[in-house]
Amino acid sequence: MAHPRADTAAQQGAAKIIISGSDLQRVVDRIAHQILEKTSGATGTVLLGIPTRGVPLARRLAARIHAFEGIDVPVGSLDITLYRDDLRLHATRALGKTEIPGGGLDGRRVILVDDVLFSGRTVRAALDALGDVGRPSSVQLAVLVDRGHRELPIRADYVGKNIPTALTESVRVSLSETDEGVDEVKLFSGSEVSR
Amino acid sequence: MIKHLRSAADLDAETATLILDTAGEMAALAGREVKKLPTLRGRTVVNLFYEDSTRTRISFEAAAKRLSADVINFSAKGSSVSKGESLKDTALTLQAMGADAVVIRHPASGAPHRLASWVDGSVINAGDGTHEHPTQALLDAYTMRSRLGTLAGLNVAIVGDVLHSRVARSNVLLLTTLGASITLVGPPTLIPVDIAAALSPATKVSYDLDSVLPGADVVMMLRVQTERMQDSFFPSAREYSRRYGLDVARMRKLPEHAIVMHPGPMNRGMEIAPEVADSTRSTIVEQVANGVSARMAVLYLLLGGKA
Repeated sequence: MAHPRADTAAQQGAAKIIISGSDLQRVVDRIAHQILEKTSGATGTVLLGIPTRGVPLARRLAARIHAFEGIDVPVGSLDITLYRDDLRLHATRALGKTEIPGGGLDGRRVILVDDVLFSGRTVRAALDALGDVGRPSSVQLAVLVDRGHRELPIRADYVGKNIPTALTESVRVSLSETDEGVDEVKLFSGSEVSR
Repeated sequence: MIKHLRSAADLDAETATLILDTAGEMAALAGREVKKLPTLRGRTVVNLFYEDSTRTRISFEAAAKRLSADVINFSAKGSSVSKGESLKDTALTLQAMGADAVVIRHPASGAPHRLASWVDGSVINAGDGTHEHPTQALLDAYTMRSRLGTLAGLNVAIVGDVLHSRVARSNVLLLTTLGASITLVGPPTLIPVDIAAALSPATKVSYDLDSVLPGADVVMMLRVQTERMQDSFFPSAREYSRRYGLDVARMRKLPEHAIVMHPGPMNRGMEIAPEVADSTRSTIVEQVANGVSARMAVLYLLLGGKA
């Protein structure tokens, strides 16, 4: 997930656009192709977006897969708030939506979709959450941006763009579905981000 | 987020809606094979019950356990309370044991308010005397919202012993905050008009159930507290039942979509006829299930974040 402090960072430092709107569309197309290739046509696959921005990304991927191959891949969302390991460090968070597509996850290939891969703790929480809602045959991870600084042994299977960042920087993904019609990824320089 | 839930008046519309939305997400857990979340691991919730209760205590216990909290059940019977220990000393014991939340039911109105001044953890009112029962109001509001879609603009009739009902008081406060209109219905001896006005100026009062039913979206029947029957608030159980009991003939006067609620335990045949209690309009069993979800939401929102 994009770090919530990105807004504060925006006020502190300069912003640089790393992925513009048209590039973002191409990146999503590429991930959709990679999913089709790696999963041999995406049969038995479910896309699960991690709220907030992972969900529209998962929907976009499903739409592109449908456009390329005419295949309907079920899309759901998996809220990981109740599984986070940093709940006690912040004020109480409101929950997002968990929606598991009909047919469940048992025996299917689940692709988790998120906007930014950072420490890996969100993905760890998502893996815990997944274990409680079903038993997928395998789990893969697709992210729009991998900014590094992993704290857990986790890597993504599909990466839109690798962006080497400093800890003092933050990444902000905007999607038209959630961010007033804007599609872009920005890098902010600012004070060090706490995790 | 608020620290304690002592009264439904602690909740503004935004917070109440957040709790109901959260309860909706918690409800999804009931359909899962693994009904457990790691959210409150390492936290301790004490159920401090000075009055008998089955469903509320079990509901809080189930809610806390589903969130992985450690639960300590304390009932006054068989404890040092019978040796004369005061509420304050019990509170200090709980404090020393590191309770993160205390769920308290007490026969004295206001006990949760006193308790909150003695412990560092969150205090949740699970019913205090004839004062309030805010989590019951939350589960009732959740049930109405899931059956009827919204609370704003709903006409809710609360029928029966309003005078002694903490459920009625909390419901009036919460439902009016969320935009519903309330009519209190019952014999004049059991409807404190001045209190109704003090709780919410817009609350209406009626002594005639039959005239209220056609315009009601929700009818909430209150338990006739048989332990108070000898206090002559009404002439006889039969007369009460005839004038204020919800039987099949009265239920037919309700609009098509209206629902019938009861906080339980019911006196079947007294305030509610068995056919009504078991009808598809009745939400009585749903209310119990929703109670766990609503209490999970309260526990998460009070304890889930930074203290």
